[in-house]
Amino acid sequence: MNTEEGNYRYGIYGLLAEFDTPKGMVHAAECAHSEGYRLMDCYSPYPIDEAADAIGFKKNRVSLCTLIGGILGGSGGYSLMYWISVIDYPINIGGRPFHSWPAFIPVLFECTVLGSALATLVGMLALNGLPLPYHPVFNAPNFSRASKDKFFLCIEAKDPKFSLTESRTFLESLHATSIVEVGN
Amino acid sequence: MATKQIIPQPPPVPLEPAVIGPGQNFASVTEKIARIVLTKHTPLGWIFGFLIAFGLANMLMSVAGYLFFKGVGIWGITIPVGWGFAIVNFVWWIGIGHAGTLISAILLLLKQSWRTSINRFAEAMTLFAVAQAGLFPILHTGRPWLAIYWLFPYPNTMNIWPQFRSPLIWDVFAVSTYASVSLMFWFTGLIPDLATLRDNAKSRFGQVFYGLLAMGWRGSAKHWHRYETAYLLLAGISTPLVLSVHTVVSFDFAVAVLPGWHTTIFPPYFVAGAIYQGFAMVLTLMIPLRAAYGLKGLVTMRHIQNMSKVMLATGLIVAYGYFMEAVMSWYSGAKFEYFQYINRSTGPMWWTYALLILCNIATPQLLWFRRVRANVPLVWCIAMVINVGMWLERFVIVVVSLTRDFMPSSWGRYIGTRYDWATFIGTLGFFVLLIFLFIRFLPMISIFEVRSLVPEATLGHDFDEVTSEHTP
Repeated sequence: MNTEEGNYRYGIYGLLAEFDTPKGMVHAAECAHSEGYRLMDCYSPYPIDEAADAIGFKKNRVSLCTLIGGILGGSGGYSLMYWISVIDYPINIGGRPFHSWPAFIPVLFECTVLGSALATLVGMLALNGLPLPYHPVFNAPNFSRASKDKFFLCIEAKDPKFSLTESRTFLESLHATSIVEVGN
Repeated sequence: MATKQIIPQPPPVPLEPAVIGPGQNFASVTEKIARIVLTKHTPLGWIFGFLIAFGLANMLMSVAGYLFFKGVGIWGITIPVGWGFAIVNFVWWIGIGHAGTLISAILLLLKQSWRTSINRFAEAMTLFAVAQAGLFPILHTGRPWLAIYWLFPYPNTMNIWPQFRSPLIWDVFAVSTYASVSLMFWFTGLIPDLATLRDNAKSRFGQVFYGLLAMGWRGSAKHWHRYETAYLLLAGISTPLVLSVHTVVSFDFAVAVLPGWHTTIFPPYFVAGAIYQGFAMVLTLMIPLRAAYGLKGLVTMRHIQNMSKVMLATGLIVAYGYFMEAVMSWYSGAKFEYFQYINRSTGPMWWTYALLILCNIATPQLLWFRRVRANVPLVWCIAMVINVGMWLERFVIVVVSLTRDFMPSSWGRYIGTRYDWATFIGTLGFFVLLIFLFIRFLPMISIFEVRSLVPEATLGHDFDEVTSEHTP
């Protein structure tokens, strides 16, 4: 654990503020963003698009994974069919050409779909850093309700603007129901 | 116009029942759904149903064992009818497997929020139905350990490869892709709910079991953002996939030259039939479940009525398909096509066709009436009739077409043996067994999606002002 600077200043992961409503959390995140905080995250029991906007998270690369997966799946499937039907095991079926591409379309389509779906799921999990069984926010006493009915905003200690006292005062001004320090 | 605006208008009476019952909030929907899974008390009805299904699944294993020992001769198939119950059941089960992805993917893309309470269950049903469907081609080979090399391309000691110009290989790829993508779609949808179960489980086993499956999901806004993109993309990918699967299944028939199989209308008509039957099966299972588990506030009359309307619409497409088959057999001027239709409707197995028309075309017309759609037991009965009708449709297409083809000298008859019936009923048991395990161990309604429907979830009007203040 590096207490001086870098990863974990103050020996903690961050300050976690709890809110009763999605509105409260999104509002707080927006205020924090305009205050200059950047390293923070919202935690909610269902997807709230506005929360991602509020913390300044706009682009993600999941669709790129899908595209790459689809291209790899499709070209891989077609190459396999071509290699089998033309090069390694050519069989004359009713005088059709060995490279009878119209007959290869259904399998080409299925391989493209399979490749892109696999890449989407794996890419989403990898970009999210999952599976990750342990995370500091799980230490917060009430955090299990982030998957039920409570909304959280965590300002991370790594943020250059973070200060234990000032950030706490700031979060208190946003009507958080509770504010806890999250250990590592 | 001006005077009209001044007169206070009464709140508009909703034309349709609500998607979610009154008085629900984040905690109540979570508890209502999670309790079914996390309770220590297993309902007696569950145990009873489970044991029956378990018995039937064991019957399936026994007849499959006997089949592998003796060969496919224990079934009723013989020349000219080489495709019997196994293929009928395969197509029937794969058709049932269409509703899940349709409800999940296509209705998601069309922003139909009423899908939310039924999509999880429909997806699970899809997976289990596709699993039953997948059994039949394997069983039908008789000796599956010798069949893999012509189904999947893998390097083997004989140095031979599958034939990619054959619809049967397309089918292998379509069905296995569909099963894999449906599983991924279902699992993706489950991740946040598994985290909910992890956080609410009381037993150590539950915490570890759901914790492992949830993979450390913590509901981060960044994660949700990527998650939503991924879910939408999977829906977009699944939409053409679900349409392709039954299209490819129909190619198994349409590419052959047999009268009754060789028609261009098969792909759309098979897909419509699959959706028709899939919705019927969702209703067949969901109506008793919502009563048994007290979920009427989540699976409302709106769902039942909307599904009834989808059945009515797809049923009419199917009716058009039957009609076109009849018209084309006459209009084509092809002697064998015409005879095939005459044989189908007046031949020795005419009663299967008559029952098919009764089940699939006549009965569902009752759904035109609002009072019928509002009568839940009656909707259940109609759904049941459609399930039977769709099985008969595949029987008429597969078996009746094969019994009398071109040469009268090679005509034959077909009758399913007790092993055919035991295999079919066994898969019904296996399917119900998987459904029972699913409703006991996993949330049958997507909890996180229902949360976004409750009134608390709205961000309200003043939110827009807040946004404009703080976003640069």
